[in-house]
Amino acid sequence: MRVLTVASGVAWRTLHNVFTNPLLLFPSLIFPLFFFTAFAGGLSQIQKAPGFDFHGGYTAFQFVFVLLQSAAFGGVFTGFGIARDFESGFGRRLLLAAPHRTGIVLGYAFAALVRWLVTAVLLTVVALVFQMRVGGNGIDLLGLYGLGLLLNAAAVLWACGVAMRLRTMQAGPIMQMPVFLVLFFAPVYVPLSLLRGWIHGVAVVNPLTFVVESGRGFIEGSPTQVAAAYAVGLGLVVGFLLWAMRGLRKAESAG
Amino acid sequence: MFADQVYILARRSVVRTLRQPANVISPLVFPLMLLAVNSGGLRSEVNLPGFPAKSALAFLLAVPFIQGALFATMNAGTDLARDIQTGFLNRLALTPMRRLALLAGQLGGVAALGLLQALVYLTVGLAAGSGFAAGVGGVAVLFAFSFLVTLGFGALGIMLALRTGSGEAVQGFFPLFFVFLFISSMAMPRNLIGITWFRYVATANPVSYLLECVRSLITTGWDGEALALGFGVAGTVAVVGVTLASRALGQRVARA
Repeated sequence: MRVLTVASGVAWRTLHNVFTNPLLLFPSLIFPLFFFTAFAGGLSQIQKAPGFDFHGGYTAFQFVFVLLQSAAFGGVFTGFGIARDFESGFGRRLLLAAPHRTGIVLGYAFAALVRWLVTAVLLTVVALVFQMRVGGNGIDLLGLYGLGLLLNAAAVLWACGVAMRLRTMQAGPIMQMPVFLVLFFAPVYVPLSLLRGWIHGVAVVNPLTFVVESGRGFIEGSPTQVAAAYAVGLGLVVGFLLWAMRGLRKAESAG
Repeated sequence: MFADQVYILARRSVVRTLRQPANVISPLVFPLMLLAVNSGGLRSEVNLPGFPAKSALAFLLAVPFIQGALFATMNAGTDLARDIQTGFLNRLALTPMRRLALLAGQLGGVAALGLLQALVYLTVGLAAGSGFAAGVGGVAVLFAFSFLVTLGFGALGIMLALRTGSGEAVQGFFPLFFVFLFISSMAMPRNLIGITWFRYVATANPVSYLLECVRSLITTGWDGEALALGFGVAGTVAVVGVTLASRALGQRVARA
């Protein structure tokens, strides 16, 4: 019960900060829309490349990637807030005041989830306005958004672990860059089968390739690699939960 | 005397940037990383009928030049905003330093870094096998163009800093500049963009012509139309940027 009280307090404060400060809110809302517009609008002819075998249209193909990317970056942006809290000294006061400190991590994670859901709704509405074709049924779409949820949780826990270890805003690139790279080393513009050279080699061993390809299967209405994608998502969440909790302990011992 | 003032301020601008590794590494590494990822992921686009380049790398190599200029804009603006916030500009206004020298010094520093960036992008591109269709003379034109573009964008960054006096506000404009880059012919030639409204926006977007100017030197050779449009847009941005920055400086110094 104490955990939930702490978590809800931290989540409310984080969400209040984000939704009342345009400088914090707009980047996380606008950047996915930029990516979506630029990729789906500017690169749509790529679906005419020989061997492009996704049948749901290029808008849907890119929607899945941008949705998953927004989930991951929703988590990373929340991590920036955690670093800011520790840099300003608020984090230390929070550690002193919280009767159950695990609630701090859960609160940040819940705030990241709500933050992403707002972005996801906006992105979905924009995609539908741009006549995105959805081949999947309700269960398929639930599967897609479920993958986003797992990615969001994994990203915020990763960023939380970094923020609590380094406790400075200068840790921003360390939180952001690996997430950015792992996402872009998945098949972003074309299906995996069309990638060639070194990027194909990297994409094949990149676990997020399962998540992206599975998400595209969901929206196309022909789910593929679902078990592998969910196993990757859950694995990332469990691994980064341990990472975040150890980060919390390090922040506690740093005083 | 005037030249000395410009030199001192330009040197200060360069040294200050070089002392902040993040300000040097980000504009160099981030565009190159995007280039690596995009040229690998978009390799299939060269198979589209009418695609104007033999490799995605050669086609996309133009992007870092313009992206680097955007980073330079933010660096120039943020550094000057810090000078305003710390009171350095006010103290400088009490000296015999000429306003034009201040502007030229700041812009000189930004443009010098822009040239360094261009050298790195070109070297990496050539090492990765992009080729350079316009030859040695084209390289000189590319550097002149990079200088002009960085000067123009740098002046806009300085104008924003002088108007707002806040580094955070300057950074806040970054997404706006990024929109121009994204909704352009950055990743696909305009004639191959399938979505009609996107093609119209990309055609109306001046950044498309900056990209196409650099791209023509790398993939086509000497394309008079692309060069004229690119230099025309870059020159206009530079003139407008410097004029607005100069006026903003006058107002800022008068207030000080």
